[in-house]
Amino acid sequence: MEKWPWMTIVVLIGLTARWTVSLNSYSGIGKPPMFGDYEAQRHWQEITFNLPVKQWYFNSSDNNLQYWGLDYPPLTAYHSLLCAYVAEFINPDWIALHTSRGYESQAHKLFMRATVLIADLLTYIPAVVLYCCCLKEISTKKKIANALCILLYPGLILIDYGHFHNIYNSVSLGFALWGILGVSCDWDLLGSLAFCLALNYKQMELYHSLPFFCFLLGKCLKKGLKGKGFGLLLKLACTVLASFLLCWLPFLTEGEQVWQVLRRLFPVDRGLFEDKVANIWCSVNIFLKIKDILSHHIQVAISFCFTFLSLLPACIKLTLQPSPKGFRYTLLTLKIILNVPVCLVLNEIPFMSTWFLLVSTFSMLPLLLKDGLLMPSVVTVMSFFTACATFFPILEKISEEELQLKSFSISVRKYLPWFTFLPRIIQYLYLSSVVSMVLLTLMTVTLDPPKKLPDLFPVLVCFVSCMNFLFFWVYFNIIIIWDSKIGRNGKKIN
Amino acid sequence: MAALGVAAAGLSWFSALAIGVTLLKCLLIPTYHSTDFEVHRNWLAITHTLPISQWYYEATSEWTLDYPPFFAWFEYVLSHAAKYFDQEMLNVHNLNYSSPRTLLFQRLSVIFTDALFVYAVHECCKCIDGKKTSKELTEKPKFILSVLLLWNFGLLIVDRILDILYAVFLLTLKRHMEGAFLFAVLLHFKHIYLYVAPAYGIYLLRSYCFTASKPDGAVRWSSFSLVRVISLGLIVVLVSALSLGPFIALNQLPQVLSRLFPFKRGLCHAYWAPNFWALYNAVDKVLSVVGLELKLLDPNQLPRASMTSGLVQQFQHAVLPSVTPLATLFCTLVAILPSVFCLWFKPQGPRGFLRCLVLCALSSFMFGWHVHEKAILLAILPMSLLSVEKAGDASIFLILTTTGHYSLFPLLFTAPELPIKILLMLLFTIYSISSLKTLFRKEKPLFNWMETFYLLGLGPLEVCCEFIFPLTSWKVKFPFLPLLLTSVYCALGIAYAWLRLYVSVVTGCLVSKTKKQ
Repeated sequence: MEKWPWMTIVVLIGLTARWTVSLNSYSGIGKPPMFGDYEAQRHWQEITFNLPVKQWYFNSSDNNLQYWGLDYPPLTAYHSLLCAYVAEFINPDWIALHTSRGYESQAHKLFMRATVLIADLLTYIPAVVLYCCCLKEISTKKKIANALCILLYPGLILIDYGHFHNIYNSVSLGFALWGILGVSCDWDLLGSLAFCLALNYKQMELYHSLPFFCFLLGKCLKKGLKGKGFGLLLKLACTVLASFLLCWLPFLTEGEQVWQVLRRLFPVDRGLFEDKVANIWCSVNIFLKIKDILSHHIQVAISFCFTFLSLLPACIKLTLQPSPKGFRYTLLTLKIILNVPVCLVLNEIPFMSTWFLLVSTFSMLPLLLKDGLLMPSVVTVMSFFTACATFFPILEKISEEELQLKSFSISVRKYLPWFTFLPRIIQYLYLSSVVSMVLLTLMTVTLDPPKKLPDLFPVLVCFVSCMNFLFFWVYFNIIIIWDSKIGRNGKKIN
Repeated sequence: MAALGVAAAGLSWFSALAIGVTLLKCLLIPTYHSTDFEVHRNWLAITHTLPISQWYYEATSEWTLDYPPFFAWFEYVLSHAAKYFDQEMLNVHNLNYSSPRTLLFQRLSVIFTDALFVYAVHECCKCIDGKKTSKELTEKPKFILSVLLLWNFGLLIVDRILDILYAVFLLTLKRHMEGAFLFAVLLHFKHIYLYVAPAYGIYLLRSYCFTASKPDGAVRWSSFSLVRVISLGLIVVLVSALSLGPFIALNQLPQVLSRLFPFKRGLCHAYWAPNFWALYNAVDKVLSVVGLELKLLDPNQLPRASMTSGLVQQFQHAVLPSVTPLATLFCTLVAILPSVFCLWFKPQGPRGFLRCLVLCALSSFMFGWHVHEKAILLAILPMSLLSVEKAGDASIFLILTTTGHYSLFPLLFTAPELPIKILLMLLFTIYSISSLKTLFRKEKPLFNWMETFYLLGLGPLEVCCEFIFPLTSWKVKFPFLPLLLTSVYCALGIAYAWLRLYVSVVTGCLVSKTKKQ
């Protein structure tokens, strides 16, 4: 079976899905005075094009930070500038200072959608294609199936092309993916450079930085700190430093600039959670009103500690025994919604990955419904599920071996010899999870919430997703910690 | 878990393909809808609110009912479902009414009727026997044919309801009586299938009414079965009676016929279908321009209305003789005669019939009056069946289908749909070329250099017409130029495919005749 025609076809299918989803409405359409994130992106093009660099992050009469001020690192700003140049060529009205606020037209919508598609095509999609081609020990057919399923992941498509909130996620994820690819294939310098670019594009990538750091540190330690390892450490440090310098160059002239940018990137004044994000805090808040009990700073500190602690076991293991596989699984333990790295293990544990990705898309349900994206969501989720069900054996009975839980089960069975029913438990959990997701979706769409609890459904969605994510966190940590050192027939890159 | 599993080992590939294309169509719901949308809305309104006697007289909207009665009944049935979506669309006076729910209803009705199409494709694929069965699923003719039919680019972007019946009819090739019944029904749904009626009629007559042939394939007159002829005739008459009966009773038959065959419309549609007359028009235009330059023609004598103004009217040619409906009929008949003769003298079973069918459809497309470019799909679909069996047919199919699909581009002319049509066209073209090349890799290459060059030329043509032309000054002076170029370029390709197919059919027929002698 020839690879390149099929890979092209897969990419074309992915592009078609993305563009057709983008034909729907976006967040904040026709809603003055603030409009939505679409307006934010347009505003950033206006700011970066019309004002000098020094004023981008500062409050001034020309740049009102309350009205969608820039709050992403410099690379996003440069990207907006590039888009602004193109916009100026097509129609200067789109980015005219002050007068273009709230500009909405069919042509402009097309332009914005096109920029997202092109950015996607240049960063994320090549990374996915290359990643699938580099997978070893699987047939061409499976590689292409893998690429198709990853490109059809509904979460990314819906956020970047439908909801239009925080668009260009695919760019930062693409860079991160290049980083993961580089680091797993032993091109450490290129990998870390790519990851630094991702970091400088969206600060959310900080979540991924700890596993990166631990993995690379582990590699250096393995090579011996006295010899090659130290050299590697030095080279990596230089690469990271150089890439940061390059990105932040215009802002390094004054100290105040750097601080202001950092203040914009990490607004510690904001609370712990907004808009019922599916994380632990939202769920705990149902029972224990954290928002009221603790002050902002303590909330932030606690959340940071917990995030750090949740990563700790995996990262420790990663530092001591660096392996590409452990690295990938550590990335999965992070409870962030657009957890694209889960796609990377689709061919290893198709069942769990598909489940996880479905849950992650489900957790965004309230957001998607608010933007009128029910039809695209349902369709993309169904196509993703169909693709996975066709190419991977997720509808069959699963065994411990396939769940990668064999070593864990063996260890448990040393103490509890009757512990053989793990796959069945997991299957029941899967069933109940899917049923609850479908039910909640139906209820949210058809019923009205009771008057006393207007936010009932979003909160329930958040709660169910969170329970699922907790389960996955435990599962992925088990895999990492029980990953045996003895050579397995696992399908890894290296 | 067993409750969730579809069929033990995951989803079968056919279901996956069918589900995939249905989901794609759902995603295409918010895209631009052509005037067909208003046409169908109008027909839903007419059939729902007016009595039968008014159906073919109603003329509030310009899109009058011009399909046979069965289609009108189909719209009537649909209209009862439509009233739950949006009552307003059923008001005859609500011209150009469109609401999101109306759009949803129209698109959903297409998607539902496509379920029948999926079934038909499934049955078609059962008929294909893979002689060279390779282990790889994607190289099996069944798989390739399913994809070529289900994911056909033309069917995706053209809102056609009821090509499904066509596919269903195709699969009754071996079952003659049912086929005759289905074809009669089909004819009364869309009279466009008259194009292929001669082929089907001759095929039935030859293969069914003559129960046996001589060993060398010639006609055995003694085996003529009157019973079969009469039974076929009865079927056709019954179906026609069912369809046209009410209108004959109301003495409305002439009106119905005049609506069905509107010869007042011009030789060509607003956008010239890429057939022989497009080339004829182009040559005429060139000659008139040359003539004016060389002062051979008097500008005052030239007819006013130009064919390139993009309107649907009757007009006349400047230099070459004007074309009348009768002339086109004559040309069409002359064009289909050789293939029908071959079918009569040397019927080669269903394969030979399919070839003749494609030739009839193509000849009618080439020489018909007021042909719409969608009619090319009539030839492309049966050609798909032939393409997975022989390399020569595959080559002709690829030229025909690529050119035919490209000629559909002007139907979707809005900016948001531009990436969609390019992506889907690339998808289908890349798949069809690579899969057929793989299937026939042991034989000689599918294209020679000239054909490759021609097909590759479609890319630059598209870039010029859609991207470069709007930025030039010619856009104001010659707005029709891109359409003209597309039409002429595709007409060359389609004519070439038609000639090649003809040559292959006729030589096949003659070869066996000479062998006999």
